[in-house]
Amino acid sequence: MPQCSGRRLAGRTATAGGGCATQQSRGVPAPESRCYTLHSRGRLCYTVIMIELLTFSTDDLRPSRDQVLQNQGIPAGVAVPAEIDALCSNAIDLMLEIAAPAGVLLEISKPDFATVYQGQGQNEASTPVGDIFPRAENLALFAATLGQGVSREIKNLFESNDLALAAMFDSAASAAADRLGELAEIRFAEFLDQNGRNTPETCVLRYSPGYCGWHISGQKKLFEFLHPEQIGLTLRDSSLMEPLKSVSGVIIVGPKEIHSFPMSYPFCSQCETRGCRERIRMLSAD
Amino acid sequence: MSILTEIVENLIVGDDEKVSALTQKAIDDGVLPKQILDDGLIAGMNTIGQQFKNHEIFLPDVLMAARAMYAGMDKLRPLLLKEGIPSPGKVVLGTVRGDLHDIGKNLVGIMLKGAGFEVIDLGNDVSPEKFIQTAREHDAAVIGMSALLTTTMSAMKEVTYQLKEEGLAGRIKVIVGGAPVSAEFAVEIGADAHGYDAANAVERVKSLISEN
Repeated sequence: MPQCSGRRLAGRTATAGGGCATQQSRGVPAPESRCYTLHSRGRLCYTVIMIELLTFSTDDLRPSRDQVLQNQGIPAGVAVPAEIDALCSNAIDLMLEIAAPAGVLLEISKPDFATVYQGQGQNEASTPVGDIFPRAENLALFAATLGQGVSREIKNLFESNDLALAAMFDSAASAAADRLGELAEIRFAEFLDQNGRNTPETCVLRYSPGYCGWHISGQKKLFEFLHPEQIGLTLRDSSLMEPLKSVSGVIIVGPKEIHSFPMSYPFCSQCETRGCRERIRMLSAD
Repeated sequence: MSILTEIVENLIVGDDEKVSALTQKAIDDGVLPKQILDDGLIAGMNTIGQQFKNHEIFLPDVLMAARAMYAGMDKLRPLLLKEGIPSPGKVVLGTVRGDLHDIGKNLVGIMLKGAGFEVIDLGNDVSPEKFIQTAREHDAAVIGMSALLTTTMSAMKEVTYQLKEEGLAGRIKVIVGGAPVSAEFAVEIGADAHGYDAANAVERVKSLISEN
């Protein structure tokens, strides 16, 4: 499914679990950020684009118990034995102790994103992202990782046969990685707010290669533009990211309507996760 | 209560230390290793599998029981090898290339081990070549592939295609599973079976091996 929760730019409030994309609002140094003013035929265009290295507080990443348990196939709100609750809590604490999160965010023009999206030419003929991004107001590429230590710990726990903790730790890390994507969205929204580039009805959603017909090989072009090697992220030959507990994609900013699409793409009939419906429902509920 | 029943009951509650100690005691008491395996460890995992299928327990319960089973197997394995007791079959398992989702695949592996199968788990992001090469090297009867993404499930077809090209189709059976994978898709790509959940996957693997 696309990796996103919906949020509006104007009047947006912090989301559960912190909501600060960087440590800037917590009185610690601001992330490394550079902004550029675009020129066109010698004339100033007054469009500020940005590239930013993101830092995250581990508190911002803390996933909820329900998120982690849902990743284990346990529906939200279901009562579980105290032993499982304790396991979940331990796994979250351990994961946050080990995580070394970092991210990078790069604003990108539509023509450039068209090149990124084209990727290796393996996308489905028609996809939600392909239909949505031409109608966007602003776009940014992002990538973020929990760091190699998290992946190493998952492997260690499985190898030592601590299976329940290993799987719970893995689920906690997946939820935290997803949170990194949310925080990147929030940071880009803040940037647009600060530069007066939003409208009251603008919504921000992220989409990732590998989901909804955007082929996983699209990561290669995305990495060529974004250069997340600077935060320790690399691509395997298969286009999976290393470390594994990482997220990447495009943040699409535009009117709410552009993000709403029917499940009528050919590949939708095979999809069982249907996470897109929850995203669209959240947008409608805003 | 017999010692085998005690093993079953302690395995179900995930007490690895007790299962290990009871397995050693059963060995010391002269219970046949195959009987300890079948009526203790496998019987316990069968119960766990059924409870999970019926939504009576959760994934962590299964994993705690699996750890207890492994503790018992650590005691039994040398004896089973010494007595030349074969496993029901070897299964090469993995999540396909480009896909990192492996909770379902791990569960299938655990349930297969719990049913006595020898499992070679290749992890995630496994290339078609790696599946086939490993199955050849280990003389595996079955390749099991998992995918969560519609964009990666096509990699399964590469495996069935290559097996056919190399004349291995039918000798090495293929079972596929994962959220977007259907029985129709399995037929379409030439797989031998589709497992719709972990318990079903074990049943299907048993059927595939009995056909060989």
